[in-house]
Amino acid sequence: MQKIYDVAIIGAGAVGAAIARELSRYKLNTILLEAKPDVGMGTTKANTAIWHTGFDAQPGTLEAQLLRRSYALMQDYVPEAGVPTEPLGGLLVAWNEEQRQALPALRDRAHANGVTDVRIISPEEVYRLEPNLNQGARGGLFVPGESLICPFTLPLAFTTQALLNGVALKLNFPVQNVKQQDGVTLVEGPEETVRARYLVNAAGLYSDEIDHMLGHYDFTVTPRRGELIVYDKFARQLIDHIILPVPTAKTKGVLISPTVYGNVLLGPTAEDLEDKTNTATSEAGLAMLLEKGRAILPRLLEEEVTATYAGLRAATEHKDYQIRLHAEQRYVCVGGIRSTGVSAAMGIAEYVGELLTEAGLTLLPKPEFKTIRMPNIGEAGPRPYQQPELIAQNPDYGRMVCHCEKVSLGEILDAIHSPLPARTLDGLRRRTRAMQGRCQGFNCQAHITAILAKETGQSPRFLLSLDAEKELPS
Amino acid sequence: MTIAQTDVLIVGAGPAGLASAIQLKRQGVARVTVVDREPEAGGMPRLCHHTGFGVWDFHRLYTGPQYARRYVALARDLDVELLTETTITGWRSERALTFTSPRGLGAIEARAILLATGVRERPRAARLVPGYRPRGVFTTGSLQRFVDEEHLPVGRRAVIVGAEGVSLSAFMTLTGAGVAVAAMITEFPRDQLYFHYAPAKWWLMHVRHPTPIHTSTRITRILGRKRVEGVEVESLRTGRRQIIPCDTVVFTGDWIPEHEVARKGELAMDAGTKGPRIDGQFRTSAPGVFAAGNLLRGAETAATSAMEGRFAAGHIADFLAGRAWPQRRLPILTQSPIIWAFPNAIAAADDPTSLTRISFRVEKFIDDAVVQVRQGHKVLHEQRFRHLLPNETMRLKSDWLAQVDFDGDPPQVILTG
Repeated sequence: MQKIYDVAIIGAGAVGAAIARELSRYKLNTILLEAKPDVGMGTTKANTAIWHTGFDAQPGTLEAQLLRRSYALMQDYVPEAGVPTEPLGGLLVAWNEEQRQALPALRDRAHANGVTDVRIISPEEVYRLEPNLNQGARGGLFVPGESLICPFTLPLAFTTQALLNGVALKLNFPVQNVKQQDGVTLVEGPEETVRARYLVNAAGLYSDEIDHMLGHYDFTVTPRRGELIVYDKFARQLIDHIILPVPTAKTKGVLISPTVYGNVLLGPTAEDLEDKTNTATSEAGLAMLLEKGRAILPRLLEEEVTATYAGLRAATEHKDYQIRLHAEQRYVCVGGIRSTGVSAAMGIAEYVGELLTEAGLTLLPKPEFKTIRMPNIGEAGPRPYQQPELIAQNPDYGRMVCHCEKVSLGEILDAIHSPLPARTLDGLRRRTRAMQGRCQGFNCQAHITAILAKETGQSPRFLLSLDAEKELPS
Repeated sequence: MTIAQTDVLIVGAGPAGLASAIQLKRQGVARVTVVDREPEAGGMPRLCHHTGFGVWDFHRLYTGPQYARRYVALARDLDVELLTETTITGWRSERALTFTSPRGLGAIEARAILLATGVRERPRAARLVPGYRPRGVFTTGSLQRFVDEEHLPVGRRAVIVGAEGVSLSAFMTLTGAGVAVAAMITEFPRDQLYFHYAPAKWWLMHVRHPTPIHTSTRITRILGRKRVEGVEVESLRTGRRQIIPCDTVVFTGDWIPEHEVARKGELAMDAGTKGPRIDGQFRTSAPGVFAAGNLLRGAETAATSAMEGRFAAGHIADFLAGRAWPQRRLPILTQSPIIWAFPNAIAAADDPTSLTRISFRVEKFIDDAVVQVRQGHKVLHEQRFRHLLPNETMRLKSDWLAQVDFDGDPPQVILTG
């Protein structure tokens, strides 16, 4: 008789991984299923890398509630797990009279959402905080709690901790069908079927399709493409806050934000598409970003571009998250998380735990819930190359492989041999920052391919083709 | 942190850094230290496994790796201290740099510093070419690392973006690895494989592997999700777009100086070259800090970089012997279509006759050009050119330098008529 898990979670993005971690505190057999070869490969990895307070969420929505709850939970978790973060604060800048007049309502909304430290500031204070901004700012809204976060490390931290506490993980498991019989849910992959008593659908862009398999047609995911430009580290000195626009109905608009790696992001665009795999950048999108960037921070355009990328948010026809319990099916659908998954994941996970209890699952805490500490890849904390004690113990931490991002051989080897090991170049990129810098791996990629091949016993040819699979639809 | 002492600290063990170190030793400087972040000294020529090196500086024809080894061997013979796997992390003081290495962290304090950190090619992302991020996109440098250093597979059919000297280097690497070249494309109306490249171009691209060069053409998109499937290109003459099927794209040239150490040290930078601003004696804006090689202005040949390193060494030795650092200097500025002039500063104390030429580059083909050097309204110099060529260094006489008024505006190199 094949093993029957207590809970199967479909999707190992920030949300699914957070749910896996949350359930791993309890005496349960949980399995996390992911279509792609690694965790955090969908919306989680290609976004604005901001840890939102939820100040601008629609008050009274589940999104507002869970963002708020998540913010409190992450205050403890992010430092404990060593997820790179920088508490810079957000600065909404009003560039015309209409936008300026919208600020009081935004402040009131923030206060209604419990983000009580948000305040309106004068143009003088805007320029005192950000002297390099273009002229013409009419005022601003200061949101001290908005922070930078590493969206790569967060799902890796959740998943690593879940694994350490007994959760099973299956990668390369694109779900093809879901059936229910005799009180058991059968989740069918291409080669095997996973059985579980309870099912959580955290499939992000594909959450509506999984929902259909269970007979529900409550929402449709429309992939909303966001293109972004990453600027060189020399741009970092130009700003010290997250520069936010006054939001419109459709999107939070184009922002300029530092990243935890010391770069500056410009984006995102917002474009509704039909193709859930279309993560290409476009001529029009990049041109629009340059125009916006020039209007907000003219000197930004004097610096080199390091990378461009596009991500897809799981938008739906609804304005709120689509989190639903179907108790009779012992099934929780977690859909429509849009662009706030990284920030709300821990709140969502806790809420999903409550919903599962409602459906009859018993959550008995384990005597011990193991904690973890992720390698620091952010600029705020010391990196291995800056630590003489570490290099004295192991010279590989002083042996630079990726010069642009100052990633050492020691970190590359650690990532290949970690509990949730990097098996692809892209996996290494997200675990270590290698190949993410100003030369985009043009100096080190060949060498890193050789290291990864040697350490994992794979052929370089296979690795290069495997890494190309990252854009495959699930 | 350990602090080592040396007379001259050179950052970068490529042709410029090594040639300078060798010359400093020959001129009797006691302690010369060269640091490089790579595990092996020698710089970029190490990656160019084809011939064409050494003619000017060694009067012999070498491959890139042979040429690099020759410089490294000369430096070792002269007791130059070579520290590889040593990455400069910042400035500790005016003339001391901090580093990280497998041996730990440290700092090196010197009486003079020479920055020779080289260049990189502008990669695809920085050129804002839209599309997915499929496998098969290279620069010449990364292509050479794949093919010659790690012996990794590349592709079957390539498009080369760029048609200058380095593009020919990519061409040789590709054809050597059995990759067919579908086309070379350049935004300019003609290729820039001038003079000494012409025979190689004729033999390789017309006789051996007949290859079209699409001129006045720009790349507008990369096709393919997992693997490059083609490039979309646009004719700048007609605006028409077409797709060239290929599985490999190599972006060549479009150089960016590796100026991280220079900018961290807050040296005055030139907007045109994007390198540190130097005068005719390779002095930067910081006393005791010199710069040479491709860091200064994108890529010239290895030999040119090496020559510069050698010349810089003479000036460094004079500085160590007590020559005063100039108190006043003026930048030399340029205006489009002239993109930079080099040297891009003049120091008041310089003997104007020590500098025989001013180099400059233009951003397009210009026939029957008149180039002027002006200071305010005063014309200091005027020179006629039958042809000005992009991606080629043009030379201006320097006899006007003596007329520069150091109380005036910066001299400007401009195109008239």
